[in-house]
Formats: sequence, structure tokens, C-alpha cells
Amino acid sequence: MEPLLSVHGLSVSYGRFQALHEISLAVGRGEVVAIIGANGAGKSSLLNAIMGQAGRVSGAIRFAGRDIAALPTPAIVAAGIALVPEGRRLFPSLTVEENLAIGWDLGRRGGLRVAEIYAMFPVLLARRHQRAGQLSGGEQQMAALGRALLADPRLLLCDELSLGLAPRIVDRIYALMPEIRRRGITVVLVEQDISRSLAVCDRFYCLLEGRVVLSGRPAETDRDSIMQHYFGA
Amino acid sequence: MAAAIADQAIQGVLLGGLYCMFALGLSLTVGVLRFVNIAHGDLIVLLSFLTLAVCTGLGIHPLLSLVLVVPLSCALFYALQRLLLQRVTGQNPLLVLLITFGIAIIIQNGLLQGFGADTRKLPGGALETATWQVAPGLYVGILPLLTLLTAIVMVWLLDLLLYRSRLGARIRAASDDVAAANLIGLPTPRIFAAAMAVVGATAAVAACFMGLQMNFDPASGPSRLLIAFEAVVLGGLGSLWGTLAGGIVLGVAQSIGGEFDAAWQAIAGHAAFLLIFLLRPQGFFPKY
Repeated sequence: MEPLLSVHGLSVSYGRFQALHEISLAVGRGEVVAIIGANGAGKSSLLNAIMGQAGRVSGAIRFAGRDIAALPTPAIVAAGIALVPEGRRLFPSLTVEENLAIGWDLGRRGGLRVAEIYAMFPVLLARRHQRAGQLSGGEQQMAALGRALLADPRLLLCDELSLGLAPRIVDRIYALMPEIRRRGITVVLVEQDISRSLAVCDRFYCLLEGRVVLSGRPAETDRDSIMQHYFGA
Repeated sequence: MAAAIADQAIQGVLLGGLYCMFALGLSLTVGVLRFVNIAHGDLIVLLSFLTLAVCTGLGIHPLLSLVLVVPLSCALFYALQRLLLQRVTGQNPLLVLLITFGIAIIIQNGLLQGFGADTRKLPGGALETATWQVAPGLYVGILPLLTLLTAIVMVWLLDLLLYRSRLGARIRAASDDVAAANLIGLPTPRIFAAAMAVVGATAAVAACFMGLQMNFDPASGPSRLLIAFEAVVLGGLGSLWGTLAGGIVLGVAQSIGGEFDAAWQAIAGHAAFLLIFLLRPQGFFPKY
């Protein structure tokens, strides 16, 4: 069976800087796949390329049986891919509810409803009429995740969910992974926090300087080897 | 004397409605689209000429011609954003400034070529001279009153559009963070073009009311732009109701200045602007 997402020979460059060098990877239906790597390894470039927002892109990106490499971002979202961007990137002057409504509006208009997002994150219900810019980092991350889930994605891309958040808050956000899987949503997690992502993923890819240097299942790969590839030692 | 000044103040409030009207589009451009459109005044003058051509060509009243001119103007502004200005958004802000400056020059010279340098006015018929006696000795023109009321309705409608509609939320989202909007799949070029079409609608209405009340010629754009700018800055960037307040302050200052000496009319408006700007540079109701 064809994987839900397959990337083949993908290169991304911004001006003269090449962020990704012909990388290939595949994500099966229902999997949680982690992309790990140090700062600048090309993790965000990979996600941006899948969303159709990277610089110069070559190679193939197939999603659910069709080539999406040349599609504009709105069509990619409508096809069922949603992104939780690095740094949350909510719209600060819009209310929480307006931010969530935009997620629904852009997506496939099915699956989760706003009320279910509020049930997942009760704190957002209390703050739904506040501007997103007034929320704490953790609340913003919950709203950003909620916005992406409301698009009813088949594939959810999460860019650095844990960045800049207290461990307690990160625990609460990661505690939702089983719920997200249960709904049949495939997840690609990009993280610098290795132990966090290896704990929840089925498989991982380790990037170093724009290339895949290691991949496998966390249980079958020893930590020292991962650390060596992570830092390129 | 006091009665004369009070009368001028009332006329000034009404004039402020007109100033608000042609500042509204600029207020949206600066506050939401985040660029300065140097051609705003010239685009309004262009639309005044278009209105003149439509109402003389078809033999209809200028207000009725809005049915035709508003959609044309929306299409013009949509295309302007989509085909030209969108190419430089997100780049050096100087680029968009230069492009709109170029558009201003093209419009001024194009109008001079097409219509000549003569001063024009839209034929308002009986509406131009109709007055209403509010109190003994105090008359207000029906047209200026209609202008102020229309301006208020326009601000109210734009406020609803921006803060109560799906398109409004999208416009504010794209305005907040265009890169994030692109990343999560908002079609920002279409959204900005739609916002510009709304600006075009306000410009067409402003062009009609301005042409009914004031003379215009191909060169009158820049002075209109200046007053529009002053109204926007006085009101506070991003605030539509602020733009209404700013327009009214300018109108009142001009009318009262003109009461003392006709030559003081324009200067009193600019002086009031400078004075208030000195005391409150962020404007009356700043959003940012």
C-alpha cells in the first residue's frame, strides 16, 4: 500500500544556501513519525516544502496518491495537511475563537468541531473572546494545535511543539497524541527535544545538514548511535 | 460673532464627513494593508472624472451613477493590487511608495490629456442648493448632511465587515502576520486584493460626493491626499472611527478659520493638525 506521504529526492534552497539535499522519506497511514535534528538541520525546511512554502524546491512530494509539490498552499490544506507552525504563529489581534475559526474555514470542514477543541483545552474556552496575543505561550500552543486540528487534517505537521514552553505544559500537549492517533490522524513531529519525540513516535528520521543520516524505530536503535548522528560526531 | 462661529462649526462637522469619506480608503490601506498609497487622492479624482463621464453620457444623476461606478472601481482597485502592488508587498516599503507615486503621475497626466485642465463639478441638480432650516437663522445644506450621514454609515459598515465577517477576520489575519497566514494556507494575495476592492468602493463614493461639493481638476489629487492623511493620522492608525473624528476636526478647523479670513481656511486645518499631532502623536484612537 502506498504511504500517505512520500518525499523523494527533495532539495530545497534559499538563494545560494541549500537547506535540503535530495532527501527521501515516507510516512504511513496512522503513523507518528519524528523528524529530529539539531538547529539548522533542515527540519523546518522539510515541513515548509510539504506546505508549499519553501524557497526553490525540486523533487517529488506525494500525498494520498497525488503529487502536491506544485500545488498552492490553500489546496494542500484543503487536501488534508495542516501545520502547527514553529513559534505558534497565531494571529495576535484576532480572538482565540477567530483564530480557531480560520482553521476550520481553510480545512476540509469535517471532523473535530470548535466545541471539541474547547473540551480538549478548557482554558481556551475561558479565553475564547480574548485576543490571541494576550495568551501565555502554552495557551497559544494549544490554540495553534486546535487551529490545525480544526482543518480536519489527515496529516498533521507539528513544528517544535515544545519550543520555549515549561515541561509541565509540554506534557499536557503531548498527552493528546493518543487522542489524535485514535482519530486516525497521521502525525509528523519535528523536535529538537529528542527524548520527548522518541517517546511518542513509531519511527524517526534524523537529519544532519540537510541529509537523512539515520532512520529507524526508537526501540530498535541505541541512544548513543542516535546522539552521534544527531551531532554528526 | 459667537452665532457665526457656531454656525461655521456645524458646517465644519458636515465638511468633516466629506473628509472622512475620502480618508476612509487610505485609513484601510495604511492600517490593514500596511502601505501608503500616494495615488489615493489621484485615484479619487480619476473616479470623479469617471462619474462625470458616466452621468453625462447616460444622463443620470451622479448618485445614481454609483450603481455603475462602485463595481468598476472595486474591479480597478482589485486589479491594481493583484497585478501590480502584490508583486512588491513584503519587500522594501520604499518600492510600493515609488510605484504609487508613479501611478499618481500617470493618472494626473492621463486626465490632463483626456479631459483637459478645466475645473469640473458633478451636476447635482436641485440637491446642490437644497437646505434645511434647523433653527431660526441656522440652515444646513441637504447635500453636506447627506454626506456626513453616508460617511457614518460607511464607517459602521466597514467596521462590521472588518470585525464581524469571515472576510474581515481573514483580512486582519493576513495583516497581522502575512508569512504565518501563507504557511497555514490563507490565500493572502486574494485577501489583500479583496481588501483593496473594498477601498475602491469607498473611493468611488468619496469621488461622487466630493465632485458634487467641490471643484476638481486633474491636479487636485495631491491636496486631497494631504487632507486624507491628516484625518487618518489624527484619528490614529488603524481606527476607522478615529478617521471620522480626524476628518471632523479638520473640517471644523477649516470652517472656523475661514470665518475669520477666507485665506485662513486651508492653513487653519493644517495648523490644527500640527498642533494636535504635537500633543498627541499617536492620534485619538490608535490601534497600534
